[in-house]
Amino acid sequence: MTKLLEMNHALCFAKGFSRTRLNVATSPFLISPGGGGYCSNTCIPYRLKFTCYATLSAVVKEQTSAFDGKEAALLVDELRSNFNTGRTKSYEWRISQLQSIARMIDEKEKCITEALYQDLSKPELEAFLAEISNTKSSCMLAIKELKNWMAPETVKTSVTTFPSSAEIVSEPLGVVLVISAWNFPFLLSVEPVIGAIAAGNAVVLKPSEIAPAASSLLAKLFSEYLDNTTIRVIEGGVPETTALLDQKWEKIFFTGGARVARIIMAAAAKNLTPVVLELGGKCPALVDSDVNLQVAARRIIAGKWACNSGQACIGVDYVITTKDFASKLIDALKTELETFFGQNALESKDLSRIVNSFHFKRLESMLKENGVANKIVHGGQTTEDKLKISPTILLDVPEASSMMQEEIFGPLLPVITVQKIEDGFQVIRSKPKPLAAYLFTNSTELQKQFVQNVSAGGMTINDTVLHVTVKDLPFGGVGESGIGAYHGKFSYETFSHKKGVLYRSFSGDADLRYPPYTPKKKMVLKALISSNIFAAILAFFGLSKES
Amino acid sequence: MAAKKMFGAAEASILVTDLRRSFDDGVTRGYEWRVTQLKKLLIICDNHEPEIVVALRDDLGKPELESSVYEISLLRNSIKLALKQLKNWMAPEEAKTSLTTFPASAEIVSEPLGVVLVISAWNYPFLLSIDPVIGAISAGNAVVLKPSELAPASSALLAKLIEQYLDPSAVRVVEGAVTETTALLEQKWDKIFYTGSSKIGRVIMAAAAKHLTPVVLELGGKSPVVVDSDTDLKVTVRRIIVGKWGCNNGQACVSPDYILTTKEYAPKVIEAMKKELETFYGKNPMDSKDMSRIVNSTHFDRLSKLLDEKEVSDKIVYGGEKDRENLKIAPTILLDVPLDSLIMSEEIFGPLLPILTLNNLEESFDVIRSRPKPLAAYLFTHNKKLKERFAATVSAGGIVVNDIAVHLALHTLPFGGVGESGMGAYHGKFSFDAFSHKKAVLYRSLFGDSAVRYPPYSRGKLRLLKALVDSNIFDIFKVLLGLA
Repeated sequence: MTKLLEMNHALCFAKGFSRTRLNVATSPFLISPGGGGYCSNTCIPYRLKFTCYATLSAVVKEQTSAFDGKEAALLVDELRSNFNTGRTKSYEWRISQLQSIARMIDEKEKCITEALYQDLSKPELEAFLAEISNTKSSCMLAIKELKNWMAPETVKTSVTTFPSSAEIVSEPLGVVLVISAWNFPFLLSVEPVIGAIAAGNAVVLKPSEIAPAASSLLAKLFSEYLDNTTIRVIEGGVPETTALLDQKWEKIFFTGGARVARIIMAAAAKNLTPVVLELGGKCPALVDSDVNLQVAARRIIAGKWACNSGQACIGVDYVITTKDFASKLIDALKTELETFFGQNALESKDLSRIVNSFHFKRLESMLKENGVANKIVHGGQTTEDKLKISPTILLDVPEASSMMQEEIFGPLLPVITVQKIEDGFQVIRSKPKPLAAYLFTNSTELQKQFVQNVSAGGMTINDTVLHVTVKDLPFGGVGESGIGAYHGKFSYETFSHKKGVLYRSFSGDADLRYPPYTPKKKMVLKALISSNIFAAILAFFGLSKES
Repeated sequence: MAAKKMFGAAEASILVTDLRRSFDDGVTRGYEWRVTQLKKLLIICDNHEPEIVVALRDDLGKPELESSVYEISLLRNSIKLALKQLKNWMAPEEAKTSLTTFPASAEIVSEPLGVVLVISAWNYPFLLSIDPVIGAISAGNAVVLKPSELAPASSALLAKLIEQYLDPSAVRVVEGAVTETTALLEQKWDKIFYTGSSKIGRVIMAAAAKHLTPVVLELGGKSPVVVDSDTDLKVTVRRIIVGKWGCNNGQACVSPDYILTTKEYAPKVIEAMKKELETFYGKNPMDSKDMSRIVNSTHFDRLSKLLDEKEVSDKIVYGGEKDRENLKIAPTILLDVPLDSLIMSEEIFGPLLPILTLNNLEESFDVIRSRPKPLAAYLFTHNKKLKERFAATVSAGGIVVNDIAVHLALHTLPFGGVGESGMGAYHGKFSFDAFSHKKAVLYRSLFGDSAVRYPPYSRGKLRLLKALVDSNIFDIFKVLLGLA
């Protein structure tokens, strides 16, 4: 029970949270020419719903009776019995579902873009680049590679098991749960689902209630495009998630914060359910003084503010640079920020807003902290009614401040200075392992040291964020930034069990391995296991010294 | 028992702090350190085989051949493989990049996790202790091993040998039982590798959750053996016997737990088994030196209880003799015990082998599927179609067709469970991977920066990016030339 309460507390962003009602007229999608022509008519239901609710907690309460432990148990039972029919195992089923997802993305791109605007004021280009195109390309890759992924992998056998053949067979795990996040609500929901489907699982998706438009759109689109007997969306907040976590799953894939992740893993432990935890952390960007300043500044901005206004798990959390170089870097950042977002960044259409007032207040209090507020060297403006915070740079905030202790997850960028660039390694290593680490330098020696000595989920050298778009790279954290990885084939593997299969024949059965045991049998077997054929033959004929 | 130094949470915390300092200082990272430690493990196997055989005899009455072949030789193989392959395993793996990130190169770098904990089991106390430690060391971690207190001679010998040979700043053994394990589990580890039961597996994972520590859980389960009538019966039963009684007397996680065969064929299987059992262990198997004993009286009593249950004891068709004083139970075969009996509900982990009969072999698929996923599933048949279906549709940690347990000797196959039989896998390179983080690294140059990804966003940029992402060169030109 304590666990449950703890979880309520941890999951509940809804507590005391009142969602700012957006002025409908401020959305470019709702006033686009052609009266809703921008978005097809199918988008209307959730648009209406969106304008109706006053607070999120009201919505959550309303749904409590609808989906409880009993409902969740029924859901899992139903999906498991459908999984047991073997339907999801076939190549045809998997391909048809993946193709439906691809079609869904093509046909509903505008709805998706609009939902992301409603939830986060996410600029269209960001929505396309970070969410829609990434998801689409993952889906296309899975469609293209599925046959290869599914094929058993033949592996070498040894003398010990001769004559034999062996292979590794990928099999689906069963019924899996995907719990996704609000910051990239489309990408972080659909991308794991693609892996789950490709691997032949039945899957339940629980999108984040903090991005309600995206959540309800996902629920609607999944029921419209996908096989509802094996793929489902459950919307909701803490009570629904708790009900889901009480069930036995064959895998839980969670994207979110480290605190909730602990609850998820503890719940999973009860059923021995393996977990993938995609978390975050304070992702550093270490900037050497030999870099092309303009390019480095632009890429840092792209990985911070142009990435959902810093509300991204791989967004740049803080910058480390040398004392001498800091002012140059900050000047370059200021110049480029103005080029990107204009004189008044709060007015820019190219910046996402803060997701809700809970997070707005969290960021504001970080900014107002004693010893921090006076470190602002750029920005610092906030407008609570629009949930906007301008791109803000701070110089040398205290290490003990919450800004340097917690993941920022917003448009604030502290710059920490060190005497020499190598000192930056120690700063990074003194903190929990981040999901990503970035380095800007032309020095290949420094690059080598960085890769060798800095532990992080992943890293990009001389850029930010882009490693997540490379499908041949596993994406996942380490330590506090998470467990497990996905993307491309790794997504498929994450939702598969790799079953070792060994085929033996009946021929060539020797008495060697069978009792009664003799010293000679022991000698031959030992030699055989070491694949030492010569010694085995010697022992067999009694020629070995020991036998 | 001699009074041992108390090991509580404070000692555990100091231990982890010490090891973390060594790890942070980079002690374990270098190729040379890893190779040196692995070679030391090899020396332990080469120079101390007689002591190990004695310890295993003390703990389990394990026959010398089993100790020397299934524990020491397998370990030696693992170590040699790691020594031979370590450079390859450690080398970053190149990954393809796409047009989206051009110009760039990418690689996957294996990095050690940090300080890891290995908690091992009593049934193969050397193999199951050192095999994971080989993986942990190969991958460059500092490691603490907690051997099982139920195999005290092996535990003490492991502590002695590892202290004597390995680098104490990064490789340690902590002996003990629940108290010590609890103290260890309260610490923050970068990985916990546990071999044992699913009940404790849950406790381990719940403890790991507090620190977000990833776990490998090597558990067990009721591993079924399906015997088709289209088989070479003599070879089949010999392999079943050696996989059951010849593997620590059924006290093995991949041991055959029960047999599924048809009603008509069952009598033939039983007759053949009786005959081969006698060839192997003589007329009085209780006197055979070629079989391990039951590990302790708790397990002896547990097995007795399984056997004495109502409607089970009268199903014995072979064996059934017990000797509590010497902790011996004869190889015992039972025919058609009730499905809801204890013996069919729990993992047997001992020398009892129930045979369940079916109207046709097809039913075996349902029987297996209706139960928790086992660590291994076995099939004996000549029928190629049946083999293929079995491999494709039966879910288990691993599968062997026409033999028992030998898959774990093959380092090219991952060894690990699924569902109730565990999570994660090891052996060969999989051991290295189990103790590594696969770090994605993308290298970009500071040249070739184009304004297209940066704000202020425009329709043209969006179109260009869409074309770029689709890698459609023709569209890209059109957009660039303003033709789109």
